[in-house]
Amino acid sequence: MVLDALARLGRVGIDALGALGRGHLLLVRMVAGTAEVVRRPGLLVAQVFNVGVLSILIVAVSGLFVGMVLGLQGHYVLSQFGAEESLGVMVAASLVRELGPVVTALLVAGRAGSALTAEIGLMKATEQLSGLEMMAVDPVRRILTPRLWGGVIAMPLLAAMFSAVGVMGGYFVGVGLLGVDDGAFWSQMQSKIDFDEDLVNGVIKSLVFGVVVTWIALFQGHDATPTSEGVSRATTRAVVHSALAVLGLDFVLTALMFGN
Amino acid sequence: MNKQHSLEVIVGAFMAVGLVALFFLAMKVSNLSASGDGSGYALTARFANIGSLKARAPVTMAGVRVGRVEGVEFDKSTYEAVVTLRIDRSVDSIPDDTFANIFTAGLLGEQYVGLEAGGSEDYLRDGDEIQHTQSALVLEQMIGQFLFSKAEEGGK
Repeated sequence: MVLDALARLGRVGIDALGALGRGHLLLVRMVAGTAEVVRRPGLLVAQVFNVGVLSILIVAVSGLFVGMVLGLQGHYVLSQFGAEESLGVMVAASLVRELGPVVTALLVAGRAGSALTAEIGLMKATEQLSGLEMMAVDPVRRILTPRLWGGVIAMPLLAAMFSAVGVMGGYFVGVGLLGVDDGAFWSQMQSKIDFDEDLVNGVIKSLVFGVVVTWIALFQGHDATPTSEGVSRATTRAVVHSALAVLGLDFVLTALMFGN
Repeated sequence: MNKQHSLEVIVGAFMAVGLVALFFLAMKVSNLSASGDGSGYALTARFANIGSLKARAPVTMAGVRVGRVEGVEFDKSTYEAVVTLRIDRSVDSIPDDTFANIFTAGLLGEQYVGLEAGGSEDYLRDGDEIQHTQSALVLEQMIGQFLFSKAEEGGK
């Protein structure tokens, strides 16, 4: 009994470590295949389209509503201290530092990451990846590398759009609806939001999330059991793992960047 | 070929919109347009107490921002705070008998350095020290002094 339980625990540990190792090996192979992307930029363009352009709508609409909600809630709290003019700072700081990168990464994980996993998983299940290998084409370089770079390029741009639309949403609610002073909204924002400290760190965050989300999605697809059930499980795992990784990493990055 | 071309156009537009959003955040939301990073010249000032003055706090003259606080250090031989001010290059005519105060914006607002121009014909240059300074007003000290003087009055 005890031995069985121990063996199960051991198997879980070995499986987890094995997956971690395979994941990192895959990442190294994908990055090593970057030359393929330089040689065939068309592959990259198609993936930026898949991850980026097709995610614009959901990212922009979410950004608008998140910004408007921040405007409403921020106004409620700030008005109790008579500091409504700081609404711009609050909306912009929370968007640029945290919500922009994080919510965009979660949306992209759900919208594009799951699609990547299903696509790669099905390619594996229908033996298209083996077919490529038969033709002496490395599927990691040809299929996975452009998708990784596509995600890395698209993520910071999407996060910037999210934050920009969100600031506009906060502006509509704060200035248009709740009567915060127009000039104070922008000038306080500009004086308190620092380019290096806030904006650049936000972009670094979304770059990291771009790598992590696409990497996890691609690895889960590549590592999926090649059956319909296996692909469906891998898709679920991809979304869950990327969401957890994004939230966990966000804490670490925030502690490193803004901790002191 | 044509399909590939239109794809490239759409992706190009996507990247342009993303970059415009970044540019908007940089110019309109952050202080990039307002800050003269690293440019300008440095002045130092010694204060007995700087309150809660922090690096990057504004430096103003007549209420107009003319620079920012670059750093705050502690001089362990004189037990004073040495504040380095980075003044915009365009403001190059600060008299050498200028008075530096530490003020608070609003009742609970952040602290900033206010410069009051003196009457001297000689101007401060890079690396000079402002001789006349006044420390930050610490609320507890003020209340303490007030109570003390009240008690003295009552004793008479």
